[in-house]
Amino acid sequence: MFTELQEANFLVPTSYYVILSAVLFTIGVAGVLIRRNAILIFMSIELMLNAANLAFVAFARAFQDLSGQVFVFFVMTVAASEVAVGLALIVAIFRSRKSIDIDELHSMEG
Amino acid sequence: MNLPTLESINLLAVLPVLIVFGWTLVLLVIDLFIPSGRKYWTAWLGILGLLGAAVALAVRFIDARGAAVTAFDGMLTVDGFSLFLQAIFILTAVIGILLALDFLPRHKIERGEYYILLLFTTGGMMIMSMAADLIVVFLALELLSIPLYILTGFARPRADSEEAAMKYFLLGAFASGFLVFGIALTYGGTGTTSLVGVFNQLAEGEPSRDLALVGMALILVGFGFKVAAVPFHMWTPDVYQGAPTPVTAFMSVGAKAGGFAALMRILIVAMPAVGEAWGMLVAILAMLTMILGNVVAIAQRNIKRMLAYSSIAHAGYILVAVSAAQRPEDAPLAVSAAIFYLLTYAFTNLGAFGVVLAVEREDGSGNLLEDFAGLGRSKPVLAAIMTLFMLSLTGMPVSAGLVGKFFVFQAAINASVGNPWILAAAIVGIVTSVISAFYYIRIILIMYMQEGEPQVVLKPALTVALALTALATLILGIIPAPVFQLAKDALLTLVG
Amino acid sequence: MKDWTFIVILSIVAMATPLAPILIGRLIGPRKGNELKNATYECGVETRGDTWVQFKVQYYIFALVFLVFDVEVVFLYPWAVAYNRLPLFGVLAGVVFVITLAEALIYTIRKDALRWI
Repeated sequence: MFTELQEANFLVPTSYYVILSAVLFTIGVAGVLIRRNAILIFMSIELMLNAANLAFVAFARAFQDLSGQVFVFFVMTVAASEVAVGLALIVAIFRSRKSIDIDELHSMEG
Repeated sequence: MNLPTLESINLLAVLPVLIVFGWTLVLLVIDLFIPSGRKYWTAWLGILGLLGAAVALAVRFIDARGAAVTAFDGMLTVDGFSLFLQAIFILTAVIGILLALDFLPRHKIERGEYYILLLFTTGGMMIMSMAADLIVVFLALELLSIPLYILTGFARPRADSEEAAMKYFLLGAFASGFLVFGIALTYGGTGTTSLVGVFNQLAEGEPSRDLALVGMALILVGFGFKVAAVPFHMWTPDVYQGAPTPVTAFMSVGAKAGGFAALMRILIVAMPAVGEAWGMLVAILAMLTMILGNVVAIAQRNIKRMLAYSSIAHAGYILVAVSAAQRPEDAPLAVSAAIFYLLTYAFTNLGAFGVVLAVEREDGSGNLLEDFAGLGRSKPVLAAIMTLFMLSLTGMPVSAGLVGKFFVFQAAINASVGNPWILAAAIVGIVTSVISAFYYIRIILIMYMQEGEPQVVLKPALTVALALTALATLILGIIPAPVFQLAKDALLTLVG
Repeated sequence: MKDWTFIVILSIVAMATPLAPILIGRLIGPRKGNELKNATYECGVETRGDTWVQFKVQYYIFALVFLVFDVEVVFLYPWAVAYNRLPLFGVLAGVVFVITLAEALIYTIRKDALRWI
């Protein structure tokens, strides 16, 4: 009975979620590598983290195991603190040089 | 449902790190009431807390007698390995605070948060060395990294400091993205995040083992960024050059040791089943890292940048030791060589950056190699100490560096039976050590042979830090046996 | 498979409904722009100045503080739900967590970050 119920709930197989999360992760990586604006790079990084979150939740449901979901909480919190620090840095840089294009950050060479 | 009990949490075992965090949280409030201009009070209070943690660590060490215990329901492992590394982190933090004590007011960036952030990242490193679960690895890594991003940009609004912080932050966050996704896939492949659980699943050859292996590869990429291994090293030179010098000194040692702590534990505890594969991978990374770090360092004119490339190269030497740990029977020797190397590198590099600090001028200039000209005449003792550090970084006799390199290469050659990659890595290591002599000795020549008038500011705290590191470098070079015995006893528990 | 058919039909209809008026308007509507017509819609009041004005840094600090406290709720909910079954240690852990948050609040207040100037 339980397994039947479980199957019925699994309208979408877990592998679909994992593939979607892999696609999202790849988009995030590509975004980091291609984009030159600090905020957009940062958004791409967030996409990578959220791709991982999706994978965690999908696996947690497949295993009927809560620890995956708890991990998502931690990732969210860490992402928030990264946002706080990252945006603070971006604002500081924008205030001193009126641009957040990372190609213009090249005062050090060698 | 198994709810945690006081026994399974085992707070006593993690007392040192609890002291560091608890004291830092108290200090954060105390600091609010310390008038600006007297922020050295925060610094001394911070050192006091670290000493308290050191005492707790020593008590723990004597109590444990090499036995490993777990804490927080198996999330943390307190074994000899983690105790040894925690000692390194506490030492690094104390010296890091001493280095910053005069630097901050001189550069007009004296804020109490500096010391608090430094203590937070130290706590993160300490947890990192105990992490027995991928969740804890991730949290500790972020706890280590996020304060370092802020510290890198601490000399705001100096342009290069801001720029370094930005680069460090973006690449660091990028690396943690890889790490988290890697952990997600590992969890998907094995159904667990605990390192021992992953080990069991990999050994049984689960059907979704491939998924777990891809995840583990992504985790390694993430750590490659953190320990600055080639080809994930591109952030290092800019960040090390732009960050305020005490921060550079601290993170070149602490962050690296933290990264290696978790890297070794993951590889050795969770993945001996695929040891052949990662042994080869790590050996190749080590070769690339040593070659690139040492060769590019020759071309540098800025000493902080040169030391950045040198720190990349040293990450390569430690990677040689890590690759030698691929078989469980070789692991103990390789791990003790690696952590002993980390200790010698900690003293030597902190000292070298201390000398750089003394020569640096208020406006942030004075970091070029030419600025060291004439140091041998005007400040003979300082020049002699710098000579010692440079010889130690090269791996010359009567210095800690030689002993560290010797143990690493010994471990590598021991482990190389049947795995030519590790032997190749050891040979590349020896050859590149010779190459590295070129740029380290050049500094000695500049100090003694060229004429110049270096402006040296040597305050008491910096003097103490320099004396400590120089003494330790010498002692470890002359009588390394007792400390190496400690490192040998500092076994990594394989099953926790 | 039946379920999927409905979803496909639904999404086609859902996309067609807003697209149709837009396309029809494009095709048959006359297009004559003048200055008044192209102006930004502001309820009859003429727009003035640039939208790229500098915001007060204060907004930004408030946003950061909000962000941090907002996310912490994620941990307090499970704690509150399981409260009745927690051993003493679990309760204390939550209390320590809240104390840490309170400390962050003291820090922001003391740094004058919450006073609106």
